[in-house]
Amino acid sequence: MRLRRAIPTWLPTLLVAILLFVAVSWAKSTDRITVYWFQVIQLAAITAISALGLNLIYGFNGQFSLGHIGFYAIGAYGSALVTKDYMATWSGNPVGALSWMMAAQLGLVAVLGIVSGLRIGDRRKTLHAWATKYVLPHEARTITAVASLLMLMVIVAIGAAIAWVAQKALLALLVATLLRLSQETAQPILFALALLNGGTMAALISYLVGLPLLRLGSDYFGIATLGFAIMVYTALQNSDMVIETMKGARGMVAIPRWTNWGWVFAGLVLALILMRNLIYSSHGRAIKSVREDEIAAQSMGVDITRMKALAFAFGGFFAGIAGGLYAHLYGFLHPSTFSLVRGFDPLIIIVFGGLGSMTGTVVASAMFALVIEGLRVVLPQGFEDWRFVIYPVLLLLVMLLRQQGLLGTNEWGWLRAPLPPERDIPVPARQPGTPQVVTASVEEEISHA
Amino acid sequence: MKHSITKWSLRSVVWLIYAALAVGILWGVLYIVQLNGPTFFFQALLDGVRLGFVYALIALGYTLVYGIVSLINFAHGDVFMVGAFASFYAITQYGWGFVPAILFAMIICTVLNVVIERVAYKPLRDAPRIAALITAIGVSFFLEYFTALRWVFGADFITYQRPFPVVVWRFGGLIITNITVIIIGLTLLLLFVLQYIIKRTKMGKAMRATALDKSAARLMGINVNGIISFTFALGAALAGAGGVLFAIAFPQIWTFMGLMPGLKAFVAAVLGGIGSVPGAFVGSLLMGSIDVMVVSFVPMGSRLRDLFAFLVLIIVFLVKPTGIFGEPQSEKV
Amino acid sequence: MPDGHDLFMCPTHTDRERTLDICDLSKMFGGLRAVSDFTMSVPQDGLYGLIGPNGAGKTTVFNMITGIYEPSDGSIQFAGKEINGLSPHVITLAGIARTFQNIRLFQNLNVLDNVRIAFHQHAGHGLLEGITRLGRFGQRERVITESAQDLLAVFGLQDRQFEIAKNLPYGAQRRLEIARALAAEPRLLLLDEPAAGMNPAETEELMAMIHFIRDRFKLTILLIEHQMRVVMGICEWITVMDFGQVIARGTPRDIQNNEKVVEAYLGTQVGRERLHAS
Repeated sequence: MRLRRAIPTWLPTLLVAILLFVAVSWAKSTDRITVYWFQVIQLAAITAISALGLNLIYGFNGQFSLGHIGFYAIGAYGSALVTKDYMATWSGNPVGALSWMMAAQLGLVAVLGIVSGLRIGDRRKTLHAWATKYVLPHEARTITAVASLLMLMVIVAIGAAIAWVAQKALLALLVATLLRLSQETAQPILFALALLNGGTMAALISYLVGLPLLRLGSDYFGIATLGFAIMVYTALQNSDMVIETMKGARGMVAIPRWTNWGWVFAGLVLALILMRNLIYSSHGRAIKSVREDEIAAQSMGVDITRMKALAFAFGGFFAGIAGGLYAHLYGFLHPSTFSLVRGFDPLIIIVFGGLGSMTGTVVASAMFALVIEGLRVVLPQGFEDWRFVIYPVLLLLVMLLRQQGLLGTNEWGWLRAPLPPERDIPVPARQPGTPQVVTASVEEEISHA
Repeated sequence: MKHSITKWSLRSVVWLIYAALAVGILWGVLYIVQLNGPTFFFQALLDGVRLGFVYALIALGYTLVYGIVSLINFAHGDVFMVGAFASFYAITQYGWGFVPAILFAMIICTVLNVVIERVAYKPLRDAPRIAALITAIGVSFFLEYFTALRWVFGADFITYQRPFPVVVWRFGGLIITNITVIIIGLTLLLLFVLQYIIKRTKMGKAMRATALDKSAARLMGINVNGIISFTFALGAALAGAGGVLFAIAFPQIWTFMGLMPGLKAFVAAVLGGIGSVPGAFVGSLLMGSIDVMVVSFVPMGSRLRDLFAFLVLIIVFLVKPTGIFGEPQSEKV
Repeated sequence: MPDGHDLFMCPTHTDRERTLDICDLSKMFGGLRAVSDFTMSVPQDGLYGLIGPNGAGKTTVFNMITGIYEPSDGSIQFAGKEINGLSPHVITLAGIARTFQNIRLFQNLNVLDNVRIAFHQHAGHGLLEGITRLGRFGQRERVITESAQDLLAVFGLQDRQFEIAKNLPYGAQRRLEIARALAAEPRLLLLDEPAAGMNPAETEELMAMIHFIRDRFKLTILLIEHQMRVVMGICEWITVMDFGQVIARGTPRDIQNNEKVVEAYLGTQVGRERLHAS
């Protein structure tokens, strides 16, 4: 332990990160790797960001989600709509889509804020208790349900009004600032805003979906999220019915290809910092306690519903950001990218890397890409079809040989749990009270009676 | 006095709401019925129920396996696909009749599922549940992509040749084919056989004991591994029959055909309350009806059918988290 | 009755400040009445025992007090406020913490984190502060860690703070669970069979410990036990349950001489039958 303290844990991690970044950039600039493999590396890093989010949900919080791909898709389309609008206006204004989406999110946040601010949940309970005193239980339930529905409609109307006003304000603000800038300056800002927009959109939707569904627990939650992912997939296939630009099952084209190694690497590093700081904070410990034992966590004052929703929203955010990066990597989005078959990838990665290990997720993402793409290279001509025959066999072997994943819950370097500073812990001198020690006679008395 | 005023005003509000709901639902149903005429409506309902019967055969396998090893057997839909292909080869290559073909499909599926269980799931019985689940996903991929190889089944759509001519009866405007009769009749027969095995035979009793408590069952001298294999075999036999019936009703087969019906059947099992045989049956009928009704009556329904199917799942979860026939579970503190 | 109220009457007045007042509490599981018309009040700073044979409904009462089960009927007041129907974590924040009959630690986390989790709600930092490591984060984190370590020291666990909880020996796990409950800063501590599985020497030490923590942390303690030895030794006041109902209450000496209790406990055939008949 002494030795570990001599070198700060962040130093080797920083060195490895810099080395990785420089190595890949160098290899690309000197044509030591093909464009294809360069894309694969970037895709692996993007997948790692998304998988980190799922690891937060499943590995750290213990909520079995099969719907991660849905949030990835939401982030991808959410950011692509923004950048495409900027490049080839489809909404009437280069920043129109951005202002609309951000305003809608603000409205949603306002609705959530009002609901929790007015403590609608508690009021519901009070109303129900009051009604139960007068009428039959099912009648009381109906009254409560209808009353809360009416209340919710009013709140949603208020939220919509807020969103409407916010949209005007945002649009004016963006036109006055972003559109004044030259294209070169505006582009990275807009890209960051687009990614953030995709991320927060995924986070908000996952929060909304998560709140009611997270009560289900274990397998049921997994199935419900799977259902959600299929719903997103089906909706995307028919998206052209609502927004022409999304093109539905034909695939959305001509998205600016702004994602490069710098953005991807920065995204991964930021995701790791965010995740690491969250895990080793007061909230992170509460999140982990939910995984360990929900009842004990509640009894220690942890609001498990909130913690689950928090982890789920953060996981959704990570998936959304990753989706945004993906959308701008190839410049083309098709619903089939977000079908179920690909949807299991992050789950396989986090189980392979170790549930509850950030290091494991990053390493496993790299290895996953290497295996999937490597098989393409290794297999002889005419045997490309065998790729997805060999891959599940490898998967089976890994599961049989190493069930706890590569790293279990271990971490490396700066990602390890920080040790508290050493101190001399004062041990209180115990002065035992004077317990009236039971004499044997008491028990005898009982048994004689 | 004041008390009763509150009471009666509250009550009248409630009953007004109920009346409004009832009128709304009635109006909705009548609207749908008259939309394309009552014949169309009942035809859609019949088709839905027919699809539901096929789903039931798959759903039962999910429910049996989940009940006994708490594993979502993702590969089950692909076993169903193998059943369809086995009967296809029996009919077109060897010229077998319907009955031998369906028996052949059931046997092939049984053997396949028992092998899968022995090779992939049994070694993981004491591992964390997620390991078995990932394995199931792996097996599912394997079956889909392996059978899609050129020298196995191939990756193309294949037209399935029915082993018997289609006979059509008309009742009013309602069309009933012998396919419908065969699907419903055969499914009911298999259901009765299954129910008999589970409720009346020694094997069934052992299955139920194993589902409740594996270690206690082992102590009672039950061969738990044997029972688990038997359960996989039962489920696979039903799925094999389901595959044949599905192919007869929708004569286009390919190696990924198991994915969506498999998922929907699984959702049907969950809807009904996983682990419950009648639940799986009722859930499947519901699922099949929703599927066909959405296609028939919702604008753009054929493109949105999956969305609605899973929307219903989520709504049922919110209202009754353990499904229609599921028992509420609570943890002992 | 020394407490001033009848066995089956709800408390209506106070002659000593009460922490917990339970009145006519019932719990149905399907058709089964696990607890019926349970009434009890716990005085401030008291060391109160709830005893009864296995299956009498003691733990169900605890689960209702802490909000894990919702009572079918009745009221629970804590420090003059109704807590019936609140969520478990809200009840914990109001000042009630507990341990569990079969230890429920956060098994895969280390000892220090087990205790630090209980500080989250009342001493934790904000989410943004945690993510950015700015603001109060450093100071709060240090306070939490040091308080947790001090608590561990009270229970002799200061040298095992980085061990994984599930690897601790049984006795240490029990102590850790009490330490964790105390970290939630309760005014009322519920101990569910703290001496289960302990040998006589360990039990003796535990009894001394319970006394010690009550005095040090100024707590009211309510404990469930079915070992007569522990309860009789340290409790000032005892309620006895059988078949979901209160069958007796009083000082240890009263209880020892109470015929119903002896019957319930020794389970003589005659006693059981008489209880059923009544």
